[in-house]
Amino acid sequence: MPETDVNVSAARSDSPDAAPQSRAAVAIKAVRKVFGLPPAQVTALSSVSFDIADNEFFTLLGPSGCGKTTLLRLIAGFEQPTDGEILLFGEHLEGLPPNKRPVNTVFQQYALFPHMSIRDNIGFGLKMLGVDKSEIAQRTKRMLELIQMESFGDRRPSQLSGGQQQRVALARALAPSPKVLLLDEPLSALDLKLRQAMRVELKQLQQETGITFVFVTHDQEEALTMSDRIAVMSAGELQQVGSAKDIYEAPRNRFVADFIGETNFLDVTVEEVSGSQALCRFGPARLTCSTAGPTTAGSAGHVSIRPERLSLTRPSNDDDLVGTLERLIYLGTDTQHLVRLDDGTEITVRAQNAHDSSLDIAVGEKAALKIDTGAARLLVD
Amino acid sequence: MAGGPAAGGGASSSTFAGIRHWLLLPSWLVIGFFLLLPVLLMLVYSFLTKDFRGGVIWEFSLAAYDQFIFDRGLFGDEPPTIEWIYIQIFWRSIWQALLATILCLVIGFPTAYFIATRPQNTRMLWLFLITVPYWVNLLIRTVSMKFLIRDNGPLNEWFLAAGLLDSPIRMINTDFAVQLGLFYSYLPFMVLPIYASVERYNFALSEAAADLYADRWTALRLVVIPAVSPGIIAGCILVFVPSLGAFLAPDLLGGAKNFMIGSLIEEQFKGNAGNWPFGAAASMILLTMVLIVLMIYARQQARGEREGR
Ligand SMILES: Nc1ncnc2c1ncn2[C@@H]1O[C@H](COP(=O)(O)OP(=O)(O)OP(=O)(O)O)[C@@H](O)[C@H]1O
Ligand SMILES: [Mg+2]
Repeated sequence: MPETDVNVSAARSDSPDAAPQSRAAVAIKAVRKVFGLPPAQVTALSSVSFDIADNEFFTLLGPSGCGKTTLLRLIAGFEQPTDGEILLFGEHLEGLPPNKRPVNTVFQQYALFPHMSIRDNIGFGLKMLGVDKSEIAQRTKRMLELIQMESFGDRRPSQLSGGQQQRVALARALAPSPKVLLLDEPLSALDLKLRQAMRVELKQLQQETGITFVFVTHDQEEALTMSDRIAVMSAGELQQVGSAKDIYEAPRNRFVADFIGETNFLDVTVEEVSGSQALCRFGPARLTCSTAGPTTAGSAGHVSIRPERLSLTRPSNDDDLVGTLERLIYLGTDTQHLVRLDDGTEITVRAQNAHDSSLDIAVGEKAALKIDTGAARLLVD
Repeated sequence: MAGGPAAGGGASSSTFAGIRHWLLLPSWLVIGFFLLLPVLLMLVYSFLTKDFRGGVIWEFSLAAYDQFIFDRGLFGDEPPTIEWIYIQIFWRSIWQALLATILCLVIGFPTAYFIATRPQNTRMLWLFLITVPYWVNLLIRTVSMKFLIRDNGPLNEWFLAAGLLDSPIRMINTDFAVQLGLFYSYLPFMVLPIYASVERYNFALSEAAADLYADRWTALRLVVIPAVSPGIIAGCILVFVPSLGAFLAPDLLGGAKNFMIGSLIEEQFKGNAGNWPFGAAASMILLTMVLIVLMIYARQQARGEREGR
């Protein structure tokens, strides 16, 4: 198999980067993955398709059990897709074993080789690629510098803290300069401070090396702060792919709107549709919404409005969205206002505690909700 | 008053220490009575004079060790030359035990690996199948093995019937038969510790190796085997040590010309023809060799621990 040799040599940094930039680094095409045999089958992924661009920091985000690890394992070659195919820089990966794929993985539980020194762990991939000894030593040293662990080269993994092991796992996966680096919740075992520091370091590293990162997390904050693009997944299905801003401000469906940040949902009836705008009715009130997908007048739908895009005023018009202010929750930088609408829906309004803002509506009084322009989003489902 | 609790604590902890010694007493008694005492007895016997009607005369003598190493002629009055017979027997035993250990390892490792990688619910069944013959007495098993491989036994008959052989091959009373016997006797001692290691092995390490471009064999050599090496070493010791002293398989399957240490020692205590001090001396030499092997192992283990395995 000549093309397998090409793939392996592509993993070395000394070979010229021949992949055209227009091709996707990873193309997932209608991939389905079913585990087990008929009576007890589990569908981990049901027909997922998307592209990951070269040099991108791409994040897979979703709750536990949604199939993130499964997707990574399919890319790495530890599992074979039941249906569909995966392409790496335009090349089919089908039948290619993990050791022939120019991708490296940072495992969820690190999986460092316990009987090898840190130096040998980091140099393992290069050794397997047949890189000569002096170069391995040099590259390993550079990797140790990169993770700021120069003096730890002779230790064993068991003599390191969790955070240090995590860095070594990263260095080991980076040492062979893969074209794509797969990271499976690499920060989940770290404490908050270290996690925040590592986020910055990882992002910086990705920008410096230009390696495509496929980063798995179930932490939305991690996803929002680090990623170029995010794929939100749920129950084996892809919900939305987009930049952090897209996903937060223009969620496609209820799951995405709910999973990322906080939001308010209103059950509305669509009255008029024009282009990507729709006029929706909620009781006596009318809202102008941006639409997430095709919709028709007269259909029922859900509208999502973020709490910080709402404000409270005294009711003045008949078609205002009106409710009763039930509670104020002081959160330091913000104050949360809980408003009960006439139909029983609870709405959260979040206002910044700037020194000149003072709400003259008392708890128990009627209040009208003012929506920022473009803040109401009519969801697909 | 102030010193009360501290003093009380000290007193109670020393009481516990006292109780602990008493609680351990039965174990010490058993170990002392059934382990140390017999060895000590052997040690003493090896330095006594042999009685021609069997047994010993209570008179200090180095004759047993002398006989092991030197040849002084039939009447013991010739100038001493090195006696090679016993050294050869020892050497052959070590060689046979090593061979049996390697055979058990070569067959036992894949077996253990196979069992440990089966689904949880079928593992016990496989282990059961491996250990089931060991519920039968070793003597009976060895005799049935003898029956199986004799010149006109079932094995030869099958080969003849299948047309694989023209005439029966001689298996009984060969080194091959001894190997077969030792292998059959001690295989589970290899399989079980390796199984325990492989079962605890983190297979994510194999995936990590594959992810870092190692093919299956390289991953096995560089990652799996080092990680499960405690089980492999334990298995090798558990097979090597009893193989070295085995006498049933060499006697029943190997015949007289495949004399091994175990048989040599056994001979010395049989009937009136024996030589108790000589048998005891040979046992002590064997024990010393085994202890050296175990000490090397313990050393290695301690080093592994220091290196943080
Ligand atoms: N080898 C397997 N056999 C059977 N089912 C499996 C297997 N691997 C994963 N699954 C199932 O597939 C689904 C997706 O699992 P996966 O490990 O991809 O989730 P995940 O998104 O990585 O979750 P987490 O955030 O908890 O790591 C789960 O329902 C899981 O039980
Ligand atoms: Mg996972």
